[in-house]
Amino acid sequence: MQSIMKLRQVRKAYTTGTVTFEALRGINLMVNRGEFIAVVGPSGSGKSTLMNIMGCLDIPTSGEYRFENQLVNSLSPNQLADIRNRKVGFVFQAFNLLPYATTYENVEIPLLFAKVSGRKRKQRITELLARLGLADKAANKPTELSGGEMQRVAIARALANEPDVILADEPTGNLDSASGAEIVNIFRELWQSGKTVIVISHDVSIAEHAERIVRLKDGLIETNGDLSREQPASGTDNQSLS
Amino acid sequence: MNPALSIKQFLNDMRRQKLRTMLTMFGIFWGTCAIVLLFAFGKGMTEAQLKSQKGLGENIGIFWPGITSREYKGLASGRRIRPSEDDVLLIKSKATTLARISPEYSRWNVPMKYGKNTTIRNVVGVWPEFSQMRNLIPDYGSRFLNETDMAAKRRVVFIGNRLKDDLFGDEEAVGETVLINGVPFTVIGVMKTKRQDSSYNGRDARKAFIPSSTFKTMYSRRYLNDFVAQCKPELTMEIARQEIFEILGAKYRFDPTDEEALAVWDITKGFAFLKTFFLAFRMFLLGIGIATLITGGIGVSNIMNVVLEERTKEIGIKMALGARKSHILTQFVFETLLITGVGGIFGFLFAYTVVSVFPMFNLEDYVGIPTVDIWGGVGVVLLLGIVGLVAGVFPARRAANLQPVQALKLF
Ligand SMILES: Nc1ncnc2c1ncn2[C@@H]1O[C@H](COP(=O)(O)OP(=O)(O)OP(=O)(O)O)[C@@H](O)[C@H]1O
Ligand SMILES: [Mg+2]
Repeated sequence: MQSIMKLRQVRKAYTTGTVTFEALRGINLMVNRGEFIAVVGPSGSGKSTLMNIMGCLDIPTSGEYRFENQLVNSLSPNQLADIRNRKVGFVFQAFNLLPYATTYENVEIPLLFAKVSGRKRKQRITELLARLGLADKAANKPTELSGGEMQRVAIARALANEPDVILADEPTGNLDSASGAEIVNIFRELWQSGKTVIVISHDVSIAEHAERIVRLKDGLIETNGDLSREQPASGTDNQSLS
Repeated sequence: MNPALSIKQFLNDMRRQKLRTMLTMFGIFWGTCAIVLLFAFGKGMTEAQLKSQKGLGENIGIFWPGITSREYKGLASGRRIRPSEDDVLLIKSKATTLARISPEYSRWNVPMKYGKNTTIRNVVGVWPEFSQMRNLIPDYGSRFLNETDMAAKRRVVFIGNRLKDDLFGDEEAVGETVLINGVPFTVIGVMKTKRQDSSYNGRDARKAFIPSSTFKTMYSRRYLNDFVAQCKPELTMEIARQEIFEILGAKYRFDPTDEEALAVWDITKGFAFLKTFFLAFRMFLLGIGIATLITGGIGVSNIMNVVLEERTKEIGIKMALGARKSHILTQFVFETLLITGVGGIFGFLFAYTVVSVFPMFNLEDYVGIPTVDIWGGVGVVLLLGIVGLVAGVFPARRAANLQPVQALKLF
């Protein structure tokens, strides 16, 4: 299978005052096109840090990160912005919708940055809203939506420019279990439609759907494998995940 | 970025920061208003001053008899130099720096009579050129003295508008006969009202002007009271004065560099001073206006910094969605320009209204007519643009240079 992301000896250090803390301490990871990966691990293990680097929101302190064979470390801020705009879609735990903008306008933002023409934007947004069951919420502002609806708007927005990769950092963390299940389902469908999906989650149901689980601990990959290989440790897993 | 969304966002920010935005806009409003008004009034006052200065004449010098202060070619100092009409003719024929020249005889306390009205005024005898030099403009339906009047020693008189009022009231004066020292003169012209704030021998409005030839015969005078010379517009009165001193110095044998041989009032000197004074005055006003605007600008910059703090998360979101630095930058600059623009436009309109209704208060005599000129407007717009840009660019650059992760972490 073709790889879309390749990390080699990726490290990330945060310096606060005089104290330097290594959040990632040498990550080696290969993501294939069309994979569904769940990233798990205890709090503070570096999951979000890793995700930010993979989504080009942040750059590694050292090591190599290639996205579609481009060495990300060497890209300009504008090139990084374009990757974020067209190649990856982000979904956050806190939704991160613009509060003053309607559903329609929130989904429109990435299309505006991509300079998509007005007619095409309209077509694309209508299509996405229909697909995510938000057609009747187009004119609503985030405060007028439920958590599940807000997260669906965020997913629609992440999908606006038809990225190959969807990155989600605890997308169900702020939702009740019913809405959460709905979102998990959407990710599964996206994966089935051919997208590469990487989800950070404490949520067992996502891990169950994933093809592969990457478990982080103290900035290193502890285990990296499919569910069958995870099975022996599943007892402890369930404890830590619940 | 989508303009509709930008404006929406702007309005949203403004709502959250209502008081601060209003104060800032008011600062810009006030700064613009101050600059435009100060300029308009400064200009109006300068023009009113210059105009009344010009009432006496432009580029002219007035020459009175004097006393030499130096020995020259064996002649003692302290000699009186008293020019005659022949000397003025001599200067006229020789001088190359002059545009016009005219002698001026003057007599005080002359009784004048028309019908039952009498008054006692100043009569002067001059050449026809005197009219242009000294801005004695004939009112509608009248004329000034001419060469024929001069040659024939006609008893004709050109009277100032106030003198006309004293003698004739509302009646028509041209063509009527007045008695000057008991001698009948025909009124040929009345001076058009003018502003004049400096003079010698009294205001022109109350004088009677007759041909110098007539004056000379009537009062049998040998010497002039003074003569008035106007330099060519491209030259200065100082050069013309030197030439006149050389011509008369050669005739009366005085040192041409002896400044006291003739008493001279070079009115262009006062003019130059006045111009410099008003320029300095306007610069001072401009300084005040700019300082006010800069204060407003600091306000805008401050508010944009607050907006930035509040919007860090949003900037992060946009960056995560693919915003380039330039997107963030333009949005911030756009907002600043909008604040300064709105404040500026209202400030300008307000000032313009004040200037427009000002003539209704009839204060023209005190401060002139304020005017807003195109260049003033363009200048203010440019200034505001600069203030807006400077105020907006710094917070904007700070915003655009945020790392996406840093920005997102702050919520
Ligand atoms: N900007 C930062 N400055 C300093 N330390 C940071 C910064 N961001 C993250 N860290 C540290 O790096 C480590 C990894 O953080 P990260 O957010 O990746 O953890 P996580 O696995 O996502 O945890 P959680 O499950 O709680 O979200 C943590 O110890 C955190 O304190
Ligand atoms: Mg995290």
